[in-house]
Amino acid sequence: MAKLDSKIPEGPIEKKWENYKAHTNLVNPSNRRKIDIIIIGSGLAGGAAAATLGEAGYNVKVFYFQDSPRRAHSIAAQGGINASKNYQNDNDSDYRLFYDTVKGGDYRGREENVYRLAQLSGNIIDQCVAQGVPFAREYGGTLANRSFGGAQVSRTFYASGATGQQLLLGAYSSMNRQIKAGSVKSYNRHEMLDVVIVDGKARGIIARNLITGKIERFGAHAVVVASGGYGNVFYLSTNAMNCNVTAAWKIYKKGAFFANPCYTQIHPTCIPVSGEHQSKLTLMSESLRNDGRIWVPKHKEDVEAIREGKLKPTEIPEENRDYYLERRYPAFGNLVPRDVASRAAKERCDAGFGVNKAGYAVYLDFADAISRLGVETVKERYGNLFDMYQNITGDDPYKTPMMIYPASHYTMGGTWVDYETMTTVPGLYAIGEANFSDHGANRLGASSLMQCLCDGYFVLPATIANYLSGDIHTGSIDTSSAEFDKAANGVQELIDKIFAINGTKSVDYFHRKLGKVMWDKVGLARNEKGLKEAIEEIKEIRAAFWNDVRVPGKANQFNNELEKAIRVADFLELAELMAIDALNRKESCGAHYREESVEPDGPQKGEAKRNDKEYTYVAAWEYMGEGKEPKLHKEPLTFNAIELKQRNYK
Amino acid sequence: MDFTLKIWRQDSANAQGSMKDYKVTDISSDTSFLEMLDVLNQQLIEKGEDVIAFDNDCREGVCGMCSLYINGEAHGPKKLVTTCQLYMRSFKDGQTIYIEPFRADAFPIVKDLVVDRSAFERIQQAGGYNSFDTGSAEDANNILIDKETAAAAFDSAECIGCGACVATCKNSSAMLFVSAKVSQFALLPQGRIEATSRVLNMVKQMDEEGFGNCTNTGACEVECPKGISLENIARMNREYLAASLKG
Repeated sequence: MAKLDSKIPEGPIEKKWENYKAHTNLVNPSNRRKIDIIIIGSGLAGGAAAATLGEAGYNVKVFYFQDSPRRAHSIAAQGGINASKNYQNDNDSDYRLFYDTVKGGDYRGREENVYRLAQLSGNIIDQCVAQGVPFAREYGGTLANRSFGGAQVSRTFYASGATGQQLLLGAYSSMNRQIKAGSVKSYNRHEMLDVVIVDGKARGIIARNLITGKIERFGAHAVVVASGGYGNVFYLSTNAMNCNVTAAWKIYKKGAFFANPCYTQIHPTCIPVSGEHQSKLTLMSESLRNDGRIWVPKHKEDVEAIREGKLKPTEIPEENRDYYLERRYPAFGNLVPRDVASRAAKERCDAGFGVNKAGYAVYLDFADAISRLGVETVKERYGNLFDMYQNITGDDPYKTPMMIYPASHYTMGGTWVDYETMTTVPGLYAIGEANFSDHGANRLGASSLMQCLCDGYFVLPATIANYLSGDIHTGSIDTSSAEFDKAANGVQELIDKIFAINGTKSVDYFHRKLGKVMWDKVGLARNEKGLKEAIEEIKEIRAAFWNDVRVPGKANQFNNELEKAIRVADFLELAELMAIDALNRKESCGAHYREESVEPDGPQKGEAKRNDKEYTYVAAWEYMGEGKEPKLHKEPLTFNAIELKQRNYK
Repeated sequence: MDFTLKIWRQDSANAQGSMKDYKVTDISSDTSFLEMLDVLNQQLIEKGEDVIAFDNDCREGVCGMCSLYINGEAHGPKKLVTTCQLYMRSFKDGQTIYIEPFRADAFPIVKDLVVDRSAFERIQQAGGYNSFDTGSAEDANNILIDKETAAAAFDSAECIGCGACVATCKNSSAMLFVSAKVSQFALLPQGRIEATSRVLNMVKQMDEEGFGNCTNTGACEVECPKGISLENIARMNREYLAASLKG
């Protein structure tokens, strides 16, 4: 089986990427048209990669389950994208962005990847402006910036509260140009349901045509998975309804190691759960923490009065409010990283200070910002978010503080990849949120868009040639081989098996049950007892699913329930791996918080405690077959350009 | 809250469709419209019936996937929101609600409430981009754009491509959709270089896809969930005229 070799290039950290590019193998332009590349996903990573590889002259086939590439979930990102341009002259640099990202990730990311990300970040902004992305501007015409959590500089570029949309439409436009040119072929409403491995190499995929239900085969010299994260394992999350782990999970079962599955980000500022029919949670951008102040009442009697509707938050005087982030973390205040902010909210709510009826909400208050800046400025900065909040909750955030609570948002874990973004299977790549590499145990705000576009525009297109240079004489891949037969039959059997159950419960029923176990026991805070219980409960839900799920309709037609069943079946397996990984990591790091591992005393008392001696490694899990324990491989993390130390936001 | 729903059911593109009646009861006013349909679908599954197919994904009003025609209005009665951001508090208890797909010749029905909007894709592919290759861009701050212009370009670029404008227009015209993209580029200096070919090619493709003509009723603007303004259409007409004279 493949060994973990991260393939880090030689040289000092700031020269590694240059060295890599200077010495890597290339495919000359006339040979590129003989090479086929499959990309799964049309979001920022997949769309950017498709456009760029198409421009380079490869034959690209891009697959996505939506009706248009522009629907990918990248579109929902609100706040912004980081880049070390230092346009604000506040001492920003590649090193500082690198440093903030490694520190924000609690020293569990791979430093060489992160440094490259920081170095390329500026190019992304140049690229997007050239595409016509309408970023916010200053009166003088230069690009505007705002601040995000975990940084003391202003390096976040934005387009109102719709940065993800605008960046995705930029990548989409470049991809459309290649579709028109014929170098990119776009397959909408197609879902990848297996990867085909021939002689140890990824050589194609099996996909279901979601309109006709037909199981189709596609060959290629390389397969790129850009299918996003698995936050929907929690059922309720800020992810789009159809976000799933299926592509990443299918390749895991074909030999691609899955890294750090327990690193899942719970975003601190989401609209709290309101009722049992709720299908998803809505994010309120982190950018709101630039001007919003987070608090709960200091006194329990005020909390009670608020819950009973006898007191309004605006009636509580300043001295009776607990701005707990400013109190606990004076240096960063409301702009601490997401994991810290989420845990602090949970701590206050668990202590009985939650301000909605269920007791799981805190205030995000703009009264100070409005009196300092005026309503117009606040409206200009956050108007669309305020409108969205008011539409969903019925409350006006210009007049009363927002209520927020943490929700599943992003997954730092994902398919293990080396410096070239190649998985442990030759010819199989993973980019964007689908891979694990850059954010360590916690992602900073506005870094997801950066990483997806960095992988898609600059990293993958520069690294994939090193592998494809060995394929210029291969010729097109035969999709009638025994390997394709086997994979296609496997997909058909899976679908037949689901329909054969004909049970009594819907797919959502099982997904909800799974989500509750994951939120309660593999969520914001984890402990050994809970994780062990979770593993057993997940197994029970999985068994019940395969015994009693009901999928109506037919296989050979548009059938959203079948799509959901296939995805939830994979979540039910991934969930167990998440719990196993969380159980293995007996330390608190970033978003992974083990209740057993906190600072016992000193100035950091009660804060999460890392265990660098035993856990400074990437946990990469290998699939060993159905019903068998996955095998743990460790990629040791070494930090040469940055000192390994405790995060301190105080 | 209780509702009587009259929903368009159609098994496939070529099948005959019809309105069918359903009832949902005990719906909280904080339930979103799509969550109300989720509840109905759960009931249908329990009864062993096929669920109602409808497109949806982000449920945050930005992906443009949801596309329901509710009581004769694209995305329902509330202005400036998509179907997924519509809440049942916008309806009266006991109300009858008609739910249909976005209808247009250029949007064939896939199943029930799901339509095929790939005509929009081909229009974008005809010219909705700047022609340059990754990596060849100059430093971002070398292009100065005044704040108002950038904001205006953003307002046009906010279009989510849902097709409400087409579904609303009595002629099934796609002018608002196409003009939003043309405007975004026309407003920005980096988009001017290909302005002539872009507007000609996108309009040509729009006509080929079978969308109707614009007769300036302004209904599209009223129903657009993103508030894309009719000014975009006026701007595109100017761009088109200028391009025609040139080209």
